[in-house]
Amino acid sequence: MSFLDLKNVTKIYPNGTKAVHETSLSIDEGEFMVFVGPSGCGKSTLLRMVAGLEDITEGDINLDGKLMNEVDPSERDVAMVFQNYALYPHMNVYNNLAYGLKNRGIDKETIEQKVNDAAKLLQISDYLQRKPSMLSGGQRQRVAMGRAIVRNPKIFLFDEPLSNLDAKLRIQMRLEIKKLQQKVGVTSIFVTHDQVEAMTLADRLAVINNGIIEQLGTPIEIYDNPKSLFVAGFIGSPQMNFLDGNLKNKTLSAEGFEIKDVNTEHEGEVTLGIRPEHLVQSENGLINLKVDLVEQLGSDNLVYGQLKNIKDFCYRCPGNQTIEKDSNLSLNIENNKYYIFDKSTGKRVN
Amino acid sequence: MKIKPLQIIAHIILILGVLLMVVPIWISFASSSHDSVTILTEGMKFHIGDQLARNYNEVLNEKGGWSEEVTAAKMFINSFIMALGIATLKVVISAMSAYALVYYRFKLAVPIFWLIFITLLVPLEVRIFPSYKIVSDLGLTNSYTGLILPLVASATATFFFRQFYKTIPDELLESAKLDGANAWSFFIDFLVPLSKTMIAAMFIFMFVYGYSQYLWPLIMTTAEEYWTVVMGMKIIYTESYEGVALPRTAERFAYIILSMIPPVLVVVFLQKWFIKGLIQTEK
Repeated sequence: MSFLDLKNVTKIYPNGTKAVHETSLSIDEGEFMVFVGPSGCGKSTLLRMVAGLEDITEGDINLDGKLMNEVDPSERDVAMVFQNYALYPHMNVYNNLAYGLKNRGIDKETIEQKVNDAAKLLQISDYLQRKPSMLSGGQRQRVAMGRAIVRNPKIFLFDEPLSNLDAKLRIQMRLEIKKLQQKVGVTSIFVTHDQVEAMTLADRLAVINNGIIEQLGTPIEIYDNPKSLFVAGFIGSPQMNFLDGNLKNKTLSAEGFEIKDVNTEHEGEVTLGIRPEHLVQSENGLINLKVDLVEQLGSDNLVYGQLKNIKDFCYRCPGNQTIEKDSNLSLNIENNKYYIFDKSTGKRVN
Repeated sequence: MKIKPLQIIAHIILILGVLLMVVPIWISFASSSHDSVTILTEGMKFHIGDQLARNYNEVLNEKGGWSEEVTAAKMFINSFIMALGIATLKVVISAMSAYALVYYRFKLAVPIFWLIFITLLVPLEVRIFPSYKIVSDLGLTNSYTGLILPLVASATATFFFRQFYKTIPDELLESAKLDGANAWSFFIDFLVPLSKTMIAAMFIFMFVYGYSQYLWPLIMTTAEEYWTVVMGMKIIYTESYEGVALPRTAERFAYIILSMIPPVLVVVFLQKWFIKGLIQTEK
């Protein structure tokens, strides 16, 4: 049995909404697991069930070999970082960190020792006497993490903790969370709707949609090998291009071009997915793109254009190439990196 | 700095307002320092006279009432105990009942809240006979408990606390739970310190409410040792119609001035908390 074990965990709200469908998941000790999905997909509910803040309708949660279903949140030995940090506004930073330890009846010297260690680790030693209202967003974030670390819990839970920060700070804190987790080595679950955060932080990633884990794997596995249309569209930035097509006798005919010798026996209506970064310019390429707009990011250019009836088809090329608006580009798919999904089920078929 | 005409007008209005509030109090105070005869013959006074110490000493220590047992000092103490008890218990009870209403989401929470709220429509004066019956059956007439207990439930304060607790984000409770706080420690460690300015405000209102109670102590107390200030005020006025002595106007003024001191002290003392709460935005 692994460290954290979810067995057929289900959440049905009193009004009948099924937020989380039968979900089974194992997380190893020291692993950094990320739940990613659009808002309302049930990822936070799943996390809150692990924390004990939501009742489990059906199924079992085992943490470190103990059944957690009926255990009170305060007894579970989990720590959570909330989206708005939920710092205690009337206590200074020191007491914010010390409160959980005090409740566990730890003596004063040990508390001071632990708080100071955690503060040092997070570089908040200078603010220990301040109230949360006198701290900046990044500092509050650190205090919230300090409050989790200081208790040395079995598992860290992060509920979209970076979404209140500005873009630059978010990237910086993302890096720090990852480093910190590696240093402390505590099993962590991180919930986010930001796929970049998910990709960068995760040891393993669970892509969740409508209360179901659509795919579970390492970030690269999921990026390279999305199993469904939803996962393909959700992971990767800019988003994968989707085209309608028809598959017959191993030949895929899409809007304006054909791909022969497709590696599947499937036939019928399909959706073809091509990542913008898997396209290359070549003479007599498969795809003819009429350029509408070029976004120059410096390192890359994002080229948006029209492909027959499909608008905003995206192609990503190195930033040193100059591409004129209204020009016509001829593109090929690099190394046959394309994805075919059944149109009705959304399942990958190639 | 140039003063604009609008500012002058604003200041005139403000000064008039201040005078309106202060002048009657000053006249009462100044009059309380004269001889009763002077006031009766010359009217109310603007300047301080020479009888200040004598009048106040007289008021505080002279025994009055029908059986000549109670002093004004005793009445002040009684009123203070009553108001303090009412204010303290009202704040404690309403804070705790609001806590139960907001955080324990049992099915009857909303109906119970409205039931509490409806009691606003039934002030003590309306239910004075049943209240008296209950208190007297319990044998609490002529006691501080009897003076305080029927007045300690407060719908207004419960309502204000409830509204305040509702603004506290749920994450705070959840976070506290994960930190090992139980229901009681969440109340003591979080809600009480977070609402301390609110508690101060409620305490002031409720203290003044308790201090100015008239009808209830009047009905409740037959023993003079439980008389309150407001009752005493009525008595010193009726006194003048009995006998042939001159009305003791100067002493009355002294009594009025003294009766204002306890509530003023409470406001002055708790105002510090008020301002502190306004400066430190802790949310």
